[in-house]
Amino acid sequence: MITFMNNSDSEEEPCNERTSLMSAESPPVPSYQDGLQASEAGEAQGHRRRTGSSRSPNNIADGEVSDSAVPVRERALENEEEELTLKYGAKHVIMLFVPVTLCMIVVVATIKSVRFYTEKNGQLIYTPFSEDTPSVGQRLLNSVLNTIIMISVIVVMTVFLVVLYKYRCYKFIHGWLILSSLMLLFLFTYIYLGEVLKTYNVAMDYPTLFLVIWNFGAVGMICIHWKGPLQLQQAYLIMISALMALVFIKYLPEWSAWVILGAISIYDLMAVLCPKGPLRMLVETAQERNEPIFPALIYSSAMMWTVAMAKSDTAARGPSQQTWDAAEDGRENHRTTSHADSQMSETRSPVPTRPITSFEELEEEERGVKLGLGDFIFYSVLVGKAAATASGDWNTTLACFVAILIGLCLTLLLLAVFKKALPALPISITFGLVFYFSTDNLVRPFMDTLASHQLYI
Amino acid sequence: AFFWLVSLLLSSLVWFIAVKASDPRDERLQKGLLIFGVMFSVLLQEVFRFLYYKLLRKAIEGLVALSEDGCSPISIQQMAYGPGGSRGGMSGAFSMINLLADALGPGTVGIHGDSQLYFLTSAFMTMVLIFLHTFWGILFFHGCEHRRWWEITAVVVMHLAVSGSTFCNPLYVGSLVPSYLLMATAAAWAYLLSGGSAQNLRRFLLCK
Repeated sequence: MITFMNNSDSEEEPCNERTSLMSAESPPVPSYQDGLQASEAGEAQGHRRRTGSSRSPNNIADGEVSDSAVPVRERALENEEEELTLKYGAKHVIMLFVPVTLCMIVVVATIKSVRFYTEKNGQLIYTPFSEDTPSVGQRLLNSVLNTIIMISVIVVMTVFLVVLYKYRCYKFIHGWLILSSLMLLFLFTYIYLGEVLKTYNVAMDYPTLFLVIWNFGAVGMICIHWKGPLQLQQAYLIMISALMALVFIKYLPEWSAWVILGAISIYDLMAVLCPKGPLRMLVETAQERNEPIFPALIYSSAMMWTVAMAKSDTAARGPSQQTWDAAEDGRENHRTTSHADSQMSETRSPVPTRPITSFEELEEEERGVKLGLGDFIFYSVLVGKAAATASGDWNTTLACFVAILIGLCLTLLLLAVFKKALPALPISITFGLVFYFSTDNLVRPFMDTLASHQLYI
Repeated sequence: AFFWLVSLLLSSLVWFIAVKASDPRDERLQKGLLIFGVMFSVLLQEVFRFLYYKLLRKAIEGLVALSEDGCSPISIQQMAYGPGGSRGGMSGAFSMINLLADALGPGTVGIHGDSQLYFLTSAFMTMVLIFLHTFWGILFFHGCEHRRWWEITAVVVMHLAVSGSTFCNPLYVGSLVPSYLLMATAAAWAYLLSGGSAQNLRRFLLCK
């Protein structure tokens, strides 16, 4: 039951110079799995029971303290829950590791092989200040200004989205999201495919290209915004995050990228944890209305086995914030089908034989871990930038990768402890940044010297 | 793996500072500093292994406290395997991956008078190290479990010896052979500690 709430940052659709079409993607939206779980399931009772036990199985101190304090009966119950939590928690961690790793692999592979994404070819309009300045101070200033502009754009969009959500302008959001995912799926895929083909010098005629892209895009739209097999949805989400990350890596100038990464994690922290933060307000509003919060921007690793597949609540959704479809479905469906669900889940769920009620089984099935797509994107941006700019060194990339995964683990642990919406970016990005800079500057000369003398440590 | 990375980071920090603070032209001093860096790194790695052991110990205690029948789902031996292996993997990856990336490109090995067996020996050395880290993990954890300090010191000494032997490179006989011997010893020891015996081995090999 490790639920994961992450700040999914924006699918900021940059306006690159190839198109003057500016479709702004949604700004950072957190996906609050906790809220999601509570509202979706309607197995709120089970949920409350779990939230009642405030220990995390992984937190040793808690375990030791509560051992003595808690009465035996409750403790047995809690133990069972905790063990369940732990077991599924570990599984969920793995379930998140795989997609994050996949996304990063795609990004790094592309960066290392396709020249296009490392060439400097202009900048986004969101980062107007150039970094080609003669002095270091000027460059720093420009990058800070760029960051300020970018972050304010993101904040504005988030607030706009929250306002829209509050005033129930679902259709507008719906349309916005469809537009942005259309652009991502078609335009960016076209560019990506073109560059890859160029790199490997493979000829492809336009009709074939059109066919391929049309199929890819159409299936993607359907999978993401409507119904589709879970794995396909997950695959599409990963691909989309990778594409987005590649765009960021290409169009963000170097220092700006690092400063933006740092600033975004701070913003994430504040937006999610401060009482007046937009993201927190979003969660609370959604919880009041008992609706799932933006399932669209979330990668989910598990799904509720209902008759209507791809239900809004837990299914993985597209990058666009178009959940209103889903939310509306969800709201209508989940009351009526919750009984069906529990029965379905009993028969279909692959949950192993444990002496738990169907309620809990359903909960387990539903409580796949969820991670916001923005998190995927920014993790991949970090690793991709490391691959692109760290003097071609694989060690740095590897170090950043491990750092991010460990950060993710820690965040999941914290989630299990606190059981509420948490930002996913800060810890991982901090680790990643620290490791990037230190590995690049400190470890690399050391390892290079060692390797040249063939010494091993 | 993470802990290994952190130890690597700290040791390279120390080395870096030392290098910057010293005269870059003095060849012998640089070599000496390098050796110092290596030794320090080895010691730091072992320290981190110990810290990691402590952390795992606590985790297991927590698990045991939680579980219904007082048995932990994972034994400490299994736990030793995992981190040892991942540590080895990480160190191997770090050692090899740049080499591999360069190997993809054009070039001739040993054109400047270095040994032509560079890639080959690097590969073997890395392999040996990965295995060794795994075995050391098992030995180390076992030593910590049963409070046998000599086991722990043996691991540390072995690690130092292996690293030290690489100083003989490119005289590969000096480094590869002792490392493999040590690995065989460590493997046998770890196997015995994990409950294996000559009989088990024979049975396994004869597919009984």
